[in-house]
Amino acid sequence: MADTAQRTGDHDPVELDRIIIRFAGDSGDGMQLTGDRFTSASAVLGNDLVTLPDFPAEIRAPAGTLAGVSAFQVHISDHEITTPGDAPNVLIAMNPAALRAELHHLEVGGTLIVNTDAFDDRNLTKAGYRSSPLTDGSLDRYTVYEVPMTTVTKEAVADLGVKPRDAERSKNFFALGLVTWMYTRPVDPTLSWIENRFASRPLVRDANVAAFKAGHAFGETAELFDHPYEIKPAHLAAGTYTNVNGNTALAWGLIAAGQLAGLPIFLGSYPITPASDILHELSRHKGFGVRTLQAEDEIAGIGAALGAAFGGHLGITTTSGPGIALKSETMGLAVSLELPLLVIDVQRGGPSTGLPTKTEAADLLQAMYGRHGESPIPIVAAYCPSHCFDAAIEAARIALKYRTPVMLLSDGYLANGSEPWRLPDVSELPDISTAFATEANHTDADGNAEFWPYLRDPDTLARPWAVPGTPGLMHRIGGIEKEDESGNISYDPANHERMVHLRAEKVAGIAADISPVVVEGDVADAEILVLGWGSTWGAIGGAVDRCRARGHKVARAHLVHLNPFPRNLGEVLRRYPRVVVPEMNLGQLVKLVRAEYLVDARSVTKVRGVPFTAGELEAAILKEIG
Amino acid sequence: MIKDDDAKHRPLGRGVGSADVTDVADVAEVAVAPPTTRKDWTSDQEVRWCPGCGDYSILSAVQMLMPDLGVPRERTVFVSGIGCAARFPYYMSTYGMHSIHGRAPAIATGLAMAREDLDVWIVTGDGDALSIGGNHLIHALRRNVDLTILLFNNQIYGLTKGQYSPTSELGKVTKSTPFGSLDQPFNPVSLALGAEATFVARTHDMDRNHMMEVFRRAHDHRGAAFVEVYQNCNVFNDGAFEAVTAKANRESMLIPLVHGQPICFGPDGERGVVLDGQGRARIVEVADVGIGNILVHDEAREEPGLAFMLSRLTAGPTEPTPIGVFRAVQRPDYGSETTRQLVAAQANSSADLAGLLHSRPTWEV
Repeated sequence: MADTAQRTGDHDPVELDRIIIRFAGDSGDGMQLTGDRFTSASAVLGNDLVTLPDFPAEIRAPAGTLAGVSAFQVHISDHEITTPGDAPNVLIAMNPAALRAELHHLEVGGTLIVNTDAFDDRNLTKAGYRSSPLTDGSLDRYTVYEVPMTTVTKEAVADLGVKPRDAERSKNFFALGLVTWMYTRPVDPTLSWIENRFASRPLVRDANVAAFKAGHAFGETAELFDHPYEIKPAHLAAGTYTNVNGNTALAWGLIAAGQLAGLPIFLGSYPITPASDILHELSRHKGFGVRTLQAEDEIAGIGAALGAAFGGHLGITTTSGPGIALKSETMGLAVSLELPLLVIDVQRGGPSTGLPTKTEAADLLQAMYGRHGESPIPIVAAYCPSHCFDAAIEAARIALKYRTPVMLLSDGYLANGSEPWRLPDVSELPDISTAFATEANHTDADGNAEFWPYLRDPDTLARPWAVPGTPGLMHRIGGIEKEDESGNISYDPANHERMVHLRAEKVAGIAADISPVVVEGDVADAEILVLGWGSTWGAIGGAVDRCRARGHKVARAHLVHLNPFPRNLGEVLRRYPRVVVPEMNLGQLVKLVRAEYLVDARSVTKVRGVPFTAGELEAAILKEIG
Repeated sequence: MIKDDDAKHRPLGRGVGSADVTDVADVAEVAVAPPTTRKDWTSDQEVRWCPGCGDYSILSAVQMLMPDLGVPRERTVFVSGIGCAARFPYYMSTYGMHSIHGRAPAIATGLAMAREDLDVWIVTGDGDALSIGGNHLIHALRRNVDLTILLFNNQIYGLTKGQYSPTSELGKVTKSTPFGSLDQPFNPVSLALGAEATFVARTHDMDRNHMMEVFRRAHDHRGAAFVEVYQNCNVFNDGAFEAVTAKANRESMLIPLVHGQPICFGPDGERGVVLDGQGRARIVEVADVGIGNILVHDEAREEPGLAFMLSRLTAGPTEPTPIGVFRAVQRPDYGSETTRQLVAAQANSSADLAGLLHSRPTWEV
């Protein structure tokens, strides 16, 4: 079932180097929670891990239907990994719909654990089965474990006085207990988590504890399983680790950016999947001087953030693709006002409502060009959940230093996917502080000191940031074109052209202030370069490793800065005979690099709402090599 | 005549109270503002409204009022959207932002939340505030953000050269409605009251003293203060308010609202407002009902229904129209409440970034 499996003796755990488990059930079955708890217990054990939550847009679609199936995939390993895995080794199916919707993911010969209690005629019909797959031979290619989860759970909680209907709701904890035993996960973290989470509802708490323990005992005593498995801790770099998803890391990165800049932070936001958790997380941290406004709409969210930025705060707005569309006029104003502002796009499947809970990375061209007029905006993209922390600080650094709105791109996969994160030493984080203007910067014809809001720093081309409340620097800014330096309204054609160029040059100049793109793999003699951005990072890494293991010479480079590009990107692209660009869109970065560098970069695309697997990209790279 | 007892006491340089984060208010520690004159509040920019525009007299009233308010110029910010009125910030020697169409209340909300020490004004028009920006206006009002909102209502789109606006009268013939407009107009005062604004008033561009008094009251109100200013557009909608604001008509057509006083108007106060048996506000001859039965104006009434009824006395500025303060009630303002939560959270937090990163289960490798 996995790469290595060594038998050590009866009932002793058999060691595996990695395992991919997929939990699947009804939206109301608590599969995300079950997966998350299993992940946390594995993290505490020191495994490397990557998760892939995969849930429907409907909060609770009708029970037992295919539309309501919610799944959570976790890849745990004793070595470093970067993807949630290609095909699960184990599928836990809580009902027929989950089996039908998810079975195609399971590797042939994989392990299938089903809740047989849910396989009644009604549920089978709802899932579209004409005969029970448990008896008709259709599961012969898998190792099937039939477990009456509902019955055993009900028995386990019977003495507690739980109502039968409520008793059934604890069956996800039974499943969790069972896999906790199967993979030798520690019991205590889950038990103490249940104690805390349900402290105010003692009956629910006790039922969940009983179900969890029953699942664990079932594994141990039922004659179904010969032995448990274990996955030893991974040899990760020394340090303190925590398990984090992208939205949390991003929110923490924003808090860190405020601290590192010495500025209070202000978030103006409107709830939207999959970005809302950043609003939720930041709202909890007022202790850090974080102000949050759940605005009346997306436009007000960015408007309030821009107003706070005018007032000297680190202004932030968070959203997904449709929200960016609504904010784009205000982003144009921010370009014109030349104020620092962070615009965060946690991308999802589009256009329109599209696939709101599924991942896609098709907003790159919107980030790049989706505004009126010539309005260049720097773009930073996170590439793995924990990188969202660093990316937030980097985006803030650019915004503050260059007095510009910056777009930070994440996506649904990064937002909800989690991984162990080696916590940074706070003292080693960069200083991104910036100074407000405090005195006049010009003298008028009569020798009086005055303040010119558009008199730029000659190096960065950034204009001074003079915040209201500063005596002597009163000035007016606005969306109308302003005269270079003085900032007064100007309709002069030559001045407008100068200002358009200045704004473009300011953003282009950031290239001198960002890291060059790093090439990894067969740097010197690769037959092909794989260029990526965003959350394809993990799958590209896996694919490149596999191709190299097959003896091919492959190099890879991954962009964090998408506008401007790193200065060495053109040279890197021209260095290799072939360039392939995998993207979770129909080829957006590839258009940009072809246009910018006149290279024959090829596109590999996927827009199925789930990330590339390493296997898919391995095949794509091999095909390009020919 | 206009009471002034809810004058706000703005905190000077109130920090967010964190040792690590400098609140930007600290850069503006000024205890007492030096005296200023109108000239100090006038910017060097040439005013570019059409000759004869009502905006000139409103600008004068504001510039003349500012020295009396005791707020330093650097702590004063005018934010506007788009439209003729929206050029206003450029003419004030304060901080200012001329933003985008309809969004001034959103931008000003962020500024006022971030910087409680600032005196934030919004200058807007009927199209800006009630059409494209209607959503932001009602939400700024319901949240009670500490803003002074001046809505210049000329019942027409001026900057785009004469289309009907959301306050234009039904049947209005304009370039975009050659057969007459079909849109029921908003009554801005009714709308603000419907959003439960804590301060709602109306004044007009022909009476500088009245404007100054109403603006002062609005400024001194803590929370969102909304003022509708009848403003004549002499190019595209000349004389829209003449029936009530022309000098010869005012006594008989404007109904001054005075807190604690019976609502009477006319050259000798011979007409008044009563609540009839059906609970409707109605104009009567005082002699017919007796002064004791005339409605006594109570702007501080918590429940906005009566103020709303007063706002419905007239269908438009062609009938006797109430002016002055409809409503002035106390409610915590949004910025103060935000700060209250922040300060309480900071009292229980060390704002320790390393602590945050280690706040979930961790393990050592």
